[in-house]
Amino acid sequence: MAIRDETRMLLESMGRLFENLCTKQVVDAAETGVFAADLWRAVSETGVPLAALPESAGGADAEWADLYAALRVAGRFSAPIPLAETMLAGWIASSAGLEIGDGPMTVGPVRASDKLTLTRDGNGWRLNGTASRLPYASHAERIVLIVDGPDGEMAVSLEGSTAPTPAKGKNIANESRDTLVFDNFHLSTAAALPKGVSRAALYRRGALARATMMSGALERAMDLAVTYAQERVQFGRPISKFQAVQQNLAVLSEQTAVAVAAANLGIQSLSQGDEEREEFQIAIAKTRVGEAATLACELAHQVHGAIGFTKEYSLQLATRRLWSWREEFGSDPEWAAKVGTYFCGKGADNLWPIMTGD
Amino acid sequence: MATPMFRFDPVELPPEAIKLRGEVRAFIEEHKDVMGFSRGEHNPEFSQAMGKKGWIGMTWPKQYGGHERSSFERYVVIEEMLVAGAPLSAHYTGDRQSGPNILRFGTEEQKSYFCPKIAAGELTFCIGMSEPNSGSDVAGTRTRAVKVEGGYRINGTKLWTSNAHNADYAILFCKMAVDEEQANDRHAGATQFLLDLKLPGIEIRPVINLLGEHHFNEIFLTDVFVPDHLLLGKEGNGWNQLTSELAFERSAPDRFLVFFQMLQQMIRMAGPNPDKATAVALGKLISQLATLRSMSVSIAGMLAEGLQPNNESAVVKDLGTRYEQDIPVVARQLFPSEPELEAIDVYETMIARSTMNAPRLSIQGGTREILRGIIARGLGLR
Ligand SMILES: Cc1cc2nc3c(=O)[nH]c(=O)nc-3n(C[C@H](O)[C@H](O)[C@H](O)COP(=O)(O)OP(=O)(O)OC[C@H]3O[C@@H](n4cnc5c(N)ncnc54)[C@H](O)[C@@H]3O)c2cc1C
Repeated sequence: MAIRDETRMLLESMGRLFENLCTKQVVDAAETGVFAADLWRAVSETGVPLAALPESAGGADAEWADLYAALRVAGRFSAPIPLAETMLAGWIASSAGLEIGDGPMTVGPVRASDKLTLTRDGNGWRLNGTASRLPYASHAERIVLIVDGPDGEMAVSLEGSTAPTPAKGKNIANESRDTLVFDNFHLSTAAALPKGVSRAALYRRGALARATMMSGALERAMDLAVTYAQERVQFGRPISKFQAVQQNLAVLSEQTAVAVAAANLGIQSLSQGDEEREEFQIAIAKTRVGEAATLACELAHQVHGAIGFTKEYSLQLATRRLWSWREEFGSDPEWAAKVGTYFCGKGADNLWPIMTGD
Repeated sequence: MATPMFRFDPVELPPEAIKLRGEVRAFIEEHKDVMGFSRGEHNPEFSQAMGKKGWIGMTWPKQYGGHERSSFERYVVIEEMLVAGAPLSAHYTGDRQSGPNILRFGTEEQKSYFCPKIAAGELTFCIGMSEPNSGSDVAGTRTRAVKVEGGYRINGTKLWTSNAHNADYAILFCKMAVDEEQANDRHAGATQFLLDLKLPGIEIRPVINLLGEHHFNEIFLTDVFVPDHLLLGKEGNGWNQLTSELAFERSAPDRFLVFFQMLQQMIRMAGPNPDKATAVALGKLISQLATLRSMSVSIAGMLAEGLQPNNESAVVKDLGTRYEQDIPVVARQLFPSEPELEAIDVYETMIARSTMNAPRLSIQGGTREILRGIIARGLGLR
């Protein structure tokens, strides 16, 4: 039916790969600032990071829906690699006919307020402005950016080693978020963007990537909470036998299910070839997943007691990412405002027809 | 992962369901004058008109008055009707749960008699489950049936029975005497009957709700004689049958569309250029609704595949009532007004009706706590 066999197989094999190679030790090590090179190599060998590209460009013409499903698995395992960023960078660079390479990539700008301006300079270009908090920029072999050119948005692709030295930063999951300042930075090539590829499209697809990864991280938090509650004994019985705990876990499972469903709603829109619909369905997804994460993190921690508050125990790998990702590529209030503004603009009588898709 | 996850695989409505939507909207437009807000009125003419369209018992076998259409088509008809505020009471319970339960457990004779009449919108059913001392604890029923020559003699009291004053039949849940070795089994002896509400010994008294409306009732049964052929299913199998009936009840999309028109009204009042806070608040509600709807379509997909999405239905009902109860809360923050039931201003009436109706949503059809208990069982915790 809705989930295709290919998707299911891909998810299972990604699940096995992460299970073996994305252990807590690997995530902990990556959080100290060392790139998880072995994990990246293994994921890269599956072809998933660039699978959306046409076969002619070294991809597999894969469905975006499948690749986003893979991001959910990556989110479940707190994978400390720029998988979403590489997918999106590859998409932009290949649509614009720019260089791709086969290493980890990052993409930007990821912040709505960033300004990057490209001007002509003889046969080449000059780039000015700031790309703040680019994920993994200090580890990326290539950086793909959408910038404001003289006649509209353009894409540039630069080698990591030639880029300005990033100012290192990180989110509260210790994932690198590095800021690059371009001061009359010279580039020999820049390319126009085809229809459908734009800064707005990057922003929303980035938001959907985070929403999807969050739905995976929520699955992990819920799995840990349910398992722990059945093992932890207090007052002579597993705490899962107490009704108050059961009710918390029931709500946690509801919020997890909602998050997966909301992310899927966004993912579904990718195959419909309707940018307006894609924009508001992804806005709905990021809004709903963000809300779910806030409540679910609270509950998953509550069920765990003090152990969940330690570095030793894995729950924090999921929750610190959830608290980071819900703010990245636009927070849930930011996207909720877009949903509200969109539907108010369409008028009350169009709410239902738009929602039902006609 | 070892933990069971409730899956709502994304589903696209099939073309026949999409095609039907236009037809349903045209029908609603024709019957515009009977649409309302959160009233669910009893309107047999409207139900019969829907019956003529083939929109009751849509998924049932043709042999029993059904139309053998998909659960997606049924889903579309129901969601359009709910959004419009159509008066569905005269057939909704029969369509949603009594009919399906008769089809599942009834005799050939019962199926041939009741189901075509329900599908025609000519027979109204109600749910005879709750009692003064048995609410969430349905198995604690004190209504007793005793086998007598040619039938059963029934005594007891039912309470909160919605629409009983307009209904022809109730599916009655009660107990029969059990052997001593079964005495510890709380579900032993449970039995269901198709109860003709016109029988001697039945008295139906209104219970006025807090809106001042006559919606539910108390039913007194004094030595009511029910003939053998109106036993539903088997003696002692009532618990099993009731569980199935409740699953039919909960899988319907009617737990998040009750206040839809109020969301629309808020969008109208916000205007085309809302301020940030208004846009955020409305955007959150719309995002919740869109997600609930996609989960509900997914449930229709599970039903189409012959699955029994009992846990998933409990999830959607619990989330759906939370969302509905938030609507008047958000409304009064965005657009303060003093609620009045029969106000000239539509919005004042809506905020009055939604505020006053909100509490029932997480009580009827299984309370919030009971639903979460079902979900916890689905997680393997109990
Ligand atoms: C508008 C409306 C229409 C209705 N229509 C019908 C109808 O047509 N037919 C019919 O048969 N019934 C009907 N009902 C009744 C409904 O099914 C019951 O109200 C419901 O099952 C709860 O029972 P109760 O009201 O006795 O509450 P109780 O069961 O007494 O519950 C009171 C509170 O205690 C909590 N509680 C109870 N048991 C537990 C437990 N084990 N663990 C945790 N918390 C618990 C409940 O969640 C609730 O918060 C209707 C109710 C309403 C409000």
